[in-house]
Amino acid sequence: MAATPKIELKSVHKSFGPKTVLDGVNLRVRPGESLVVIGGSGTGKSVMLKCILGLMYPDKGKIFIDGEDTTRISGRAREQAMRKFGMLFQGAALFDSLPVWENVAFGLIRGRKLRRGEAKDIAMDKLAKVGLSEDVAMLSPAELSGGMQKRVGLARAIAADPEIIFFDEPTTGLDPIMADVINELIVDSVRDLGATTLSITHDMASARKIADHIAMLYKGHIIWSGPAEDIDQTGNEYVDQFIHGRAEGPIQMEVRRP
Amino acid sequence: MNIFAAIGAITLAFLAETGRFSQFTLSAVLHCLRPPFFVGIWARQMMSIGYYSLPVVGLTAFFTGGVLALQIYIGGTRFNAESIVPTIVVLGITRELGPVIGGLMVAGRVSAAIAAEIGTMRVTEQIDALTTLSTNPFNYLIAPRLIAAVVTLPLLVFIGDIIGVMGGFIVSTQSLGFNPATYIKNTADFVEVGDVTSGLWKAAVFGFIIALMGCYHGFHSRGGAQGVGSATTYAVVAASILILAANYVMTSILFSD
Ligand SMILES: Nc1ncnc2c1ncn2[C@@H]1O[C@H](COP(=O)(O)OP(=O)(O)OP(=O)(O)O)[C@@H](O)[C@H]1O
Ligand SMILES: [Mg+2]
Repeated sequence: MAATPKIELKSVHKSFGPKTVLDGVNLRVRPGESLVVIGGSGTGKSVMLKCILGLMYPDKGKIFIDGEDTTRISGRAREQAMRKFGMLFQGAALFDSLPVWENVAFGLIRGRKLRRGEAKDIAMDKLAKVGLSEDVAMLSPAELSGGMQKRVGLARAIAADPEIIFFDEPTTGLDPIMADVINELIVDSVRDLGATTLSITHDMASARKIADHIAMLYKGHIIWSGPAEDIDQTGNEYVDQFIHGRAEGPIQMEVRRP
Repeated sequence: MNIFAAIGAITLAFLAETGRFSQFTLSAVLHCLRPPFFVGIWARQMMSIGYYSLPVVGLTAFFTGGVLALQIYIGGTRFNAESIVPTIVVLGITRELGPVIGGLMVAGRVSAAIAAEIGTMRVTEQIDALTTLSTNPFNYLIAPRLIAAVVTLPLLVFIGDIIGVMGGFIVSTQSLGFNPATYIKNTADFVEVGDVTSGLWKAAVFGFIIALMGCYHGFHSRGGAQGVGSATTYAVVAASILILAANYVMTSILFSD
């Protein structure tokens, strides 16, 4: 094997009560790579991200960041590991008690102890990168549309120039043009920062645009993974059904049971 | 279902909850003592917990003092002991009613507000977002509220004590025919420093309970708006019951000799 993978999951299991969500997930993301995980709603994609971030602990299995076992670290060690990460949450998760610019500058002020003025300049710069103007910076998150909140979330995720960025459904709820703008932003910021990214999406257009590699999660396992250009010739019925969005196929939605 | 299995399951759930609560409390207290200290946020919390509770505490104290004077007067006349009114008002307010009624009122206002705010942050993943931005939610959210409540509750209750005694004074002198100078002299002669400080100790403990209940229930809320709603209810109910229980325990310790 060449370089140590940036992120590696070994047989990660996670259940909630009787319900098994992750059932032995194996995954590696190489440095500088952009991996996209696709999969149906409720298959545990967000849970997988939260396990990697240490917001949840897996029941079994191990997670390595830069070759170090981070599965069960906590406290200071966890805060240290978090410095490598940037995360865009599915629902943006902006702090509604703070104005937009302070949301973006939060990690710089609290985590990295930058002076407010300095952090504000960086925040303004990142906001400009995601196409938001100075007057938006002073608003509170509740005054923004969903798409604008997503962009603020993106600016916050890249504010501290992290090594690893996680995107949880960056384009859901956006119009196709804005979705493409966000995709471009992700591709650009990854190229500029040289970051490694792990994204989750059900939007195939987005996946094709941002992915070097694609992996598909189904029933708690990674059932297929490979280079993004191979996604149309996988020969895997599950993947085919998903990327073409067909109701008929091996994946049966619960609602379709007679 | 087997009855023993049912009892076992309930016991286990109870023990798990107790464990989770103890761990939360310990962690909350440790993070009050351990940097980073977000002093600006402490100050903001003191404003919202302490200063904005003043009207509520002041008004309840005033009416409590007034009604206490009325009742004691009515009771006192039966034994020709009306002159006891000032003494009992000041002792009743400083030792018991000031801290307990003040604590209960603030529990309704502040525990609910804390639980709703932290609960909303939990269900909208803002607490997760804090963690990913290398900020410990215990330092940033919980410690400031605990510290603010423990510091401001005694101050609030002290002000409430003064207003309560004033309420008794106004009722006694305006409608019960007491001489103002004698009333004040009787109040001042019989109240001891210990009466007031014991009430303030209670207030500090109640402040801790109020903030802790709000934080704990908010922090562990799940399931959207409904979850936040029930977290708010639990926080107020639990804080109120714990205040009354703690008051009993503290009274029996503080006044045991
Ligand atoms: N904290 C939790 N407690 C209990 N169950 C949970 C919790 N978080 C997630 N789940 C369950 O885990 C399953 C996977 O959830 P997850 O949020 O990871 O789905 P997802 O793949 O991200 O779906 P979507 O694409 O809709 O976001 C769901 O069925 C959910 O009910
Ligand atoms: Mg999800």
